[in-house]
Amino acid sequence: MSTTPGTPPTPTTDRSGKTGTTSESPHGQSAPVRPGSSLGLTPEQFGTPGTPGTPGPPGPGDPVAAEPTPTAGRLPQALSPGLLLASAAAVAGLLLLLGRFTVVGTVVLTAVVYTVGIYVVARVVEGHRRAVDRVVTALVTVAFVLAMAPLVSLIWTVATRGLARFDVAFFTQSMAGVVGEGGGAAHAIIGTLQVTGIATLISVPVGIMASVWLVEYGKGPLKRGITFLVDVMTGIPSIVAGLFAFALFSLLLGDPGHRSGIAGAIALSVLMTPVVVRTCEEMLKLVPDELREASFALGVPRWRTITKVVLPTSIGGIAAGVTIAIARVIGETAPLLITLGFTTGFNFDMTEGRASTLPVFAFDQFRNRGLPPEAFIDRAWTAALSLIIIVMVLNGIGRLIAYLYAPKTNR
Amino acid sequence: MSKRIEVNDLNIYYGPFLAVEGVHMTIEPRSVTAFIGPSGCGKSTFIRSLNRMHEAIRGAYVTGEVLVDGQNLYAPSTDPVDVRRQIGMVFQRPNPFPTMSIYDNVIAGYKLNARRMNKATADEKVEKALQGANLWNEVKDRLDSSGSSLSGGQQQRLCIARAIAVEPEVLLMDEPCSALDPISTLAIEDLIQELKETYTIGIVTHNMQQAARVSDRTAFFNIAGTGKPGRLIEMDATDTMFSTPKVQATNDYISGRFG
Repeated sequence: MSTTPGTPPTPTTDRSGKTGTTSESPHGQSAPVRPGSSLGLTPEQFGTPGTPGTPGPPGPGDPVAAEPTPTAGRLPQALSPGLLLASAAAVAGLLLLLGRFTVVGTVVLTAVVYTVGIYVVARVVEGHRRAVDRVVTALVTVAFVLAMAPLVSLIWTVATRGLARFDVAFFTQSMAGVVGEGGGAAHAIIGTLQVTGIATLISVPVGIMASVWLVEYGKGPLKRGITFLVDVMTGIPSIVAGLFAFALFSLLLGDPGHRSGIAGAIALSVLMTPVVVRTCEEMLKLVPDELREASFALGVPRWRTITKVVLPTSIGGIAAGVTIAIARVIGETAPLLITLGFTTGFNFDMTEGRASTLPVFAFDQFRNRGLPPEAFIDRAWTAALSLIIIVMVLNGIGRLIAYLYAPKTNR
Repeated sequence: MSKRIEVNDLNIYYGPFLAVEGVHMTIEPRSVTAFIGPSGCGKSTFIRSLNRMHEAIRGAYVTGEVLVDGQNLYAPSTDPVDVRRQIGMVFQRPNPFPTMSIYDNVIAGYKLNARRMNKATADEKVEKALQGANLWNEVKDRLDSSGSSLSGGQQQRLCIARAIAVEPEVLLMDEPCSALDPISTLAIEDLIQELKETYTIGIVTHNMQQAARVSDRTAFFNIAGTGKPGRLIEMDATDTMFSTPKVQATNDYISGRFG
């Protein structure tokens, strides 16, 4: 056979040129051990490539030769986590020696050391492409941890500090007559639920109908104009919405000091409606046109097609969109501070007078501390914790609706 | 039950674009009429204009007349919703409603129009339609499961059941078998043979053997070039069309000597 080690084997031309002239190798075309090809490397070479004595294969450490070989060595599976632990230990040890140990510093430096380390090791053992793959994997993981870290830290902080006053009194009493310890935020929780509830009642029908118009009916400049305005409204600062609602009610009622739950709800619905429109629009666009056509072809008018086919098909997404919109406004402080102010007692009347809401309550407790200050700080933390729990419950309800009404695939 | 359709000088537009030009034809009752022709020649567009589905697309309109037993579908006084109640349609891709059970899918034509009926009548209609679509035996034990749990061929027969449950005068099918395997295709072709006893059927197909197998009359559409409108070239009994077509282009197309 003319195939010599090191030359790329081209069996077809090689064989066709020789048919019948020289004796074929008894093994056929796969007989010659082709160095560096997938057949040439035996399994025991995995993990320990470049062992002296392996005949012929280009050394994987050699960047030019290592790149195209499909069977360059693989790192053992345990190496990656091992390297991570090793770099963490090394970084921590070094920082301790220098006397500058911090958790954040250790995490950040470990990420850097691990990324560099895994690249170097993989580059030597596995070649360029896999090394890049490992570096990118490491970078993506680091980005994920970076994104999660503040969230976990925030929830942990709020949960631990908020638990101090997470008691029955907090959820049953108001702050009426309370000057120091004790008291609760029941009035603020009621206020938040009332104001957000009314804002939702205003925004969800308007938002869903607007998105139905945009997707099913709208065309031309009017549609483009409305889409543009909705996009702009998604980004308006919440304080502007608060000032708008305050000015609206003050001017309409001729009362420059007007405060009411309705004004607060209007401010929130200004913030909420564009979010509902945008998310519902995306969800309605996902409903395939085939379903609309199927319905039309059965002689179903358009409005029934929308209410009975399009909306039920996208109900899961719409529920998720509404939940997101509620979560967006339930923590708003500035517009409610303007339109609603705050009180120490209950005010169930949404049409008249100041009322408290959880975010404003937390702000007020933190800002206007009395004696002992710890009692006020604790109440602020617990108010924040309650708000997070309310949002989580709403999220759960949204998911439940999405689960119950989503199209069932049975697959 | 079934009705004769007469098409007089029908031009079909998408906005400013003339897609199909000057069609004259008669579709006989209780027969199967196949529409064949190369891609983009306007077969689907034409069949969709027979039940005013064409205008569901934004900017689309037609000029000319489509007479169903003498009544013009495009007369100003005709309500497109009523037209679609009389002339059912089955689409290229099976499209059962994913939010509904098999049972509800079959009587969707009644449910979506909020027409009340008692349970016994509904049961009867569901069984009759599913048996008409050759699907009853396969799904009778799981009528409550979702329509999208069925296989592609079963879904397409479910869509046919849905279309015939409302008892239309005419049934239009736009490439009903193009997404199906040969066995499901055979089942649907058998079904078409049974359905033509009761309905007027129009079927668009790319499959010439299918046209030859199922249809009584065949219409050949062609297009002169990209951007030009499609035209009806020839229409005749299927046997004649496939043996001795009058126009050379038809002969070229059905014998496969065509682009």
